[in-house]
Amino acid sequence: MIGRDLLGIEDLDRADLERILETAERMQEVGTREVKKVPTLRGRTIVNLFFEPSTRTRTSFEIAGKRLSADVVNFSPTSSSLTKDESILDTARTLDAMAPDAVVVRHKVAGVPKRIADALAAPVINAGDGAHEHPTQALLDLLTVYQEKGRIDGLSVTIVGDVLHSRVARSNIYGFLKLGAEVRIAAPPTLIPPAIETLGVKAFTSLREAIDGADVVMALRIQRERLDGAYVPSIREYSATFGLDRTKLRFAKDDAIVMHPGPVNRGVELSHDLADHRPSVILDQVRNGVALRMAVLYLFAGRPLAPAREG
Amino acid sequence: MGRILIRRGRVLDPNSNRDETADVLIEDGRIAAVEASLEVPGAEVIDARGLWVAPGFVDLHTHLREPGQEYKEDIASGGRAAVAGGFTTVACMANTHPANDDPAVTDYILDRARQDSPARVLPVAAATKGLEGSVMTEMSAILRAGAVAFSDDGRTIMDSGVMRRVLEYSCMVDAPVIVHAEDCTLVGHGVVNEGPVSTRLGLPGNPAVAEAAHVARDLLLAQLTGAHLHIAHVSTALAVDLIRRAREQGIHVTAEVTPHHLTLTDEATLGYDTNAKVAPPLRSAADARACRKALVEGVIDAIATDHAPHAVHEKDVEFTAAPSGLIGLETALAVVLDLVRAGELEPLELMRRMSTNPVRILRRPGGSLGVGAPADVVVLDPEKEWLYDPAKGFSKSRNSPWAGHTLTGQVKITLVDGRLVYDVARGVLAP
Repeated sequence: MIGRDLLGIEDLDRADLERILETAERMQEVGTREVKKVPTLRGRTIVNLFFEPSTRTRTSFEIAGKRLSADVVNFSPTSSSLTKDESILDTARTLDAMAPDAVVVRHKVAGVPKRIADALAAPVINAGDGAHEHPTQALLDLLTVYQEKGRIDGLSVTIVGDVLHSRVARSNIYGFLKLGAEVRIAAPPTLIPPAIETLGVKAFTSLREAIDGADVVMALRIQRERLDGAYVPSIREYSATFGLDRTKLRFAKDDAIVMHPGPVNRGVELSHDLADHRPSVILDQVRNGVALRMAVLYLFAGRPLAPAREG
Repeated sequence: MGRILIRRGRVLDPNSNRDETADVLIEDGRIAAVEASLEVPGAEVIDARGLWVAPGFVDLHTHLREPGQEYKEDIASGGRAAVAGGFTTVACMANTHPANDDPAVTDYILDRARQDSPARVLPVAAATKGLEGSVMTEMSAILRAGAVAFSDDGRTIMDSGVMRRVLEYSCMVDAPVIVHAEDCTLVGHGVVNEGPVSTRLGLPGNPAVAEAAHVARDLLLAQLTGAHLHIAHVSTALAVDLIRRAREQGIHVTAEVTPHHLTLTDEATLGYDTNAKVAPPLRSAADARACRKALVEGVIDAIATDHAPHAVHEKDVEFTAAPSGLIGLETALAVVLDLVRAGELEPLELMRRMSTNPVRILRRPGGSLGVGAPADVVVLDPEKEWLYDPAKGFSKSRNSPWAGHTLTGQVKITLVDGRLVYDVARGVLAP
């Protein structure tokens, strides 16, 4: 049963995921119309509350809201509690007093959407919090894989890269496991989260072993500041060992697809050639992102009345 | 001063190993008699049937925040919270503003305490100037002013050479050096225990080895120097093992553990509750079990609260930005009674770890119901259930992971020097 907020894939069950994906498939049709707009959320107000810059995700949510006829407001405070400006909760309460129908939150610190949800009447949708979760990214990845492969159950999925700092990885691990896939991760030991096997995945430091026989290989974006010697010795060493190219990919299944949440550091996570052409499906992911976020806004912001919040 | 007769309570005096129903007579601020039955005409009678009567608790580790951060707590409010929790003595840490690194600050704290605090206050002075870990404080002068121990608590002396000299010098003045043992280079940005929970939360982890590595260093330095090393808030099984071995080798080490590290685990942080953010962090269930076992076996000597008040607006922020610490004076008893309820610790042994042992670590009198001892006494109901609402408590701050919880075990009466300073029905009565 879908709750009031969408804070993470960890909180959802298989039926919730299937319902969101089915709704997203219906929303895809809207994107093919000449007039890409339906009146579903007319009169509803959605606030994109982005404490961390994100052009791509924010734009995707904005287009999704507009295609559903919602009024979408973008609010990007530059302040944080660390700079002694207005606190995040005060910002959120201020917004709440303006009675939005949903608040989409992005913050660089894990847990902020949860804290905001605890303080607000409006439903909160997590658009990425620190290294915690990025549920709509995982959902659009699930939709993309489902449409490519016709199933999720029984697939072998490998996630490559900076899993330690990745909310995309965590949400995808939960999502693929809940829908019956097997998940492996591949990273240098310094970028494998402690006790990651407790989430139900197998961790490898050998890319070859990790992608052996994989149906899906997902490369994670690596932030350059992690590569300055703090976690791996250099970009060159990282891309030589974990950067995907057609040679390394031959250990995966012949029909394996390659995914990336974007933006791609070309020549680091993916070779130039792989970033642009099949088997990578990066632009399909972006395209599906809009339909998926329409589904999420419809399911979480389109209810007649918000149910009472639990404890 | 009048006479007080505490009648028919279960008298638990760890100092004399007494555990029996008896009457306790208090006269002129001292324990005058403890007998099976006393008749004292004219004495004020406290009916303690069904209650425990024990030496007032002694907290080795309290942050009173005065001078400098009185919006979080001050000596008056912290002293009131102490006696409401059954603590008749609190040792207050040096990380005030200015830091207690000078006899004048120690003087100030003791002066405020005499005027404002119903509980006795024993200042712990900084081991290094400004808690900066480089220049030793004037230990002799500060001890003469009334400090009882030295600690850069909250900060760790990372320079091993400085730590060695602090320990060496402390031998001359004969006072314990208390360490907050965390190697800050291993802690990094860690804000929760490193493990499955930090991975699920997506928050940077603070590994158990950060504590253990530092404990190991300080134990070796204590062995080298012969100093009395006291390890604050032990939180890991790794550190417990090191301390156990050090004691077997005869190293002069004592240790404390907090109520929260005994009873909570890192799972308390799963909802990003910043009131469960504490340093060292709440650890795994296995670590908590190891700490309980160590406390039972005497590898860890004492329970200390690490009462660390922070204002609501400071805690109501991103998890990584929130200050570490939680308040514990008013909840400590109810929380640690869990060890008695679980059958791990006899009531007398729990009381020993709350009063007699901590006061001995500080080389102070107290922790005794022997005739002639100062009448610092707590009367408590180990079965009483009560709802904890920090807003109605005596601390100025509310940062408690037990807020809204029903707790079992309540302080009824606290006496300091034979004066009734707290009565649960009437609140704090003095000064």
